[in-house]
Amino acid sequence: MYRYSEFDELFVRRRVEEFRDQVQRRLSGSLTEDEFKPLRLKNGLYLQLHAYMLRVAIPYGTLDARQMRQLAFIADNWDKGFGHFTTRQNVQFNWPKLADVPEILEALADVGMHAIQTSGNCIRNVTADHFAGAAADEISDPRPTAELLRQWSTDHPEFQYLPRKFKIAVSGSPRDRAVTKAHDIGLRMVRNQRGEPGYEVLIGGGLGRTPMIGATVREFLPENDLLAYVESILRVYNLHGRRDNKYKARLKILVHETGVDSLTHEIEDEFAERKKWFAGVDRELVANLKAAFEPPVFDLSRTRAFEDRKERDSDFRVWTDTNLSRHRCSAYAIATVSLKPIGGTPGDATANQMRVLADIAERLAHDEIRVSHEQNIIFPHIPKDKIPEAYDLLAAAGLHTSNFGLLSDIIACPGMDYCALATARSIPVAQDISRRFHDLGIERTIGEMKIKISGCINACGHHHVGHIGILGLERAGVENYQITLGGDATETAALGDRAGRGFSAEELLPALERLVAEYLRLRDSAGETFLEAYRRMGPEPFRAALYPEAKKLAA
Amino acid sequence: MPRNFALKVITTNRLVEGDAVYLTQAGKWSSEFADAEVFADLGSATSALEKANEQTLFHIGAYLADAEIDPSGRPRPIHYREQIRSRGPSNYFHGKQAEAANV
Repeated sequence: MYRYSEFDELFVRRRVEEFRDQVQRRLSGSLTEDEFKPLRLKNGLYLQLHAYMLRVAIPYGTLDARQMRQLAFIADNWDKGFGHFTTRQNVQFNWPKLADVPEILEALADVGMHAIQTSGNCIRNVTADHFAGAAADEISDPRPTAELLRQWSTDHPEFQYLPRKFKIAVSGSPRDRAVTKAHDIGLRMVRNQRGEPGYEVLIGGGLGRTPMIGATVREFLPENDLLAYVESILRVYNLHGRRDNKYKARLKILVHETGVDSLTHEIEDEFAERKKWFAGVDRELVANLKAAFEPPVFDLSRTRAFEDRKERDSDFRVWTDTNLSRHRCSAYAIATVSLKPIGGTPGDATANQMRVLADIAERLAHDEIRVSHEQNIIFPHIPKDKIPEAYDLLAAAGLHTSNFGLLSDIIACPGMDYCALATARSIPVAQDISRRFHDLGIERTIGEMKIKISGCINACGHHHVGHIGILGLERAGVENYQITLGGDATETAALGDRAGRGFSAEELLPALERLVAEYLRLRDSAGETFLEAYRRMGPEPFRAALYPEAKKLAA
Repeated sequence: MPRNFALKVITTNRLVEGDAVYLTQAGKWSSEFADAEVFADLGSATSALEKANEQTLFHIGAYLADAEIDPSGRPRPIHYREQIRSRGPSNYFHGKQAEAANV
């Protein structure tokens, strides 16, 4: 795993001191709120409904035990004993006091973490496949690329005042687990016909009020040209991106208004010039980064501990069948720890749970932890022999929910229970859905199902790419929930179709029950997922299930 | 008074703690919505708001929130956003609802 260099360390420490001074000046009155707000946002500090919120970056979702323990320490000392893992591979603390924030940042710096560029119109935390370095289908580990981009984008003088925020995601597998098609820049690591490594480059994806799937601007970009090319995209965007209207300022709007072909030309022209300025320093850096992300030495010895436990313990068997994914090494597995207990808050972990996760990583799983955009925690490298012991520790901490990829594995933003931008609550909706379908006992019958909930049009809950998406809005002073169907966040990305009128909070759950029952009735086999059935049949039968009254009217 | 005019209270978030507070008749800030001074016309509400926004060392910028009078004669929030803000999140017993229970 990458460790901070002296340069990183110094930079982060200086930033903490700078912010400490800024907070002091705000508290003493020498800075007004208008002057202070952009400064605090640059350090990830928002003001929400009940308190400040500190958003901490977890670059490419990778943590070690020491860092996870420090998050637990922060949660205990300056929050109410928990943290919230987000769809951007960040962690948010919901209750810090302004005067304490410099100390929290200091505590983060002690373990090589920070909250820089987690807000504002800059290049945000670079995200990556949470199975990086472990997935059986991986072409190449995306994290050296993500770390290179992190170093390059951090405090990059040219890109501190972009028209709007800018998000980059990197995936190293054909299976896209990083939602690369819904980012300003999506990088998919590929090989050309000669077997040389490079990237497929997508631009202009994004969710929010104007959702768009990214368009490919380069089928194959040689690995060595990455920074020059990404910098060219940013330059073109910085120059031409709209600054007159916040809602039209993202790269996706520029792509939409200019056209992919014309924009590709501009990027390529810029790239031809820009390339000359890159003397190869970045390539040396990448070589070092690759070394830093070398996988651990895998222990290939096996006993029958894993199989024995599966044979005699059905709960364990269900958990392993649901929450383990195939590792590149057959003696290992990738374990997803669900942060979606039935009826719980998606993405939340208590300080005690964080410490349990840290202990398991350190003792049993090569000291590696990942955070996924689906708001779960992953042990990317766990020997199968160690899984029974890890499972017992997880179960004792209430972290053994067997629902990875199932209906109750819901993505939900904090919504109006915390967020100042929200137009409706998300968390209670997720809790109700999770409880109801768990009680019905049909989750496993339903199979793969991605429900994603956002509490406002900004779409932090990725509702556009949920198989079932739910968007909370306000209608005449009450919460109202709009449903989209058939969205997909993977390599076959698609935006969901709006089903029709929204539902009140009370109507929503029965409507979802009708929808799911209709899917179960119409699917052509037990193996046909909701998304497949939707793609086969189109929206009409599902709309009819959601709006039975429309059918009556027509009859 | 126009029929669609809602009563107003003045609210903001405190600078250090970030929690929601409400301006009382005595010119102090209370953490309870029910303690707020109620303004029945926009003119007096707006001028009180301007005055409140002069003391920015304590809070981050006040605004007017709609209120109605509950059966006990005290103001309560109308919109669900202000209800949540005056109570705390619905997923945990945190924030004002917990503070009230501790009194």
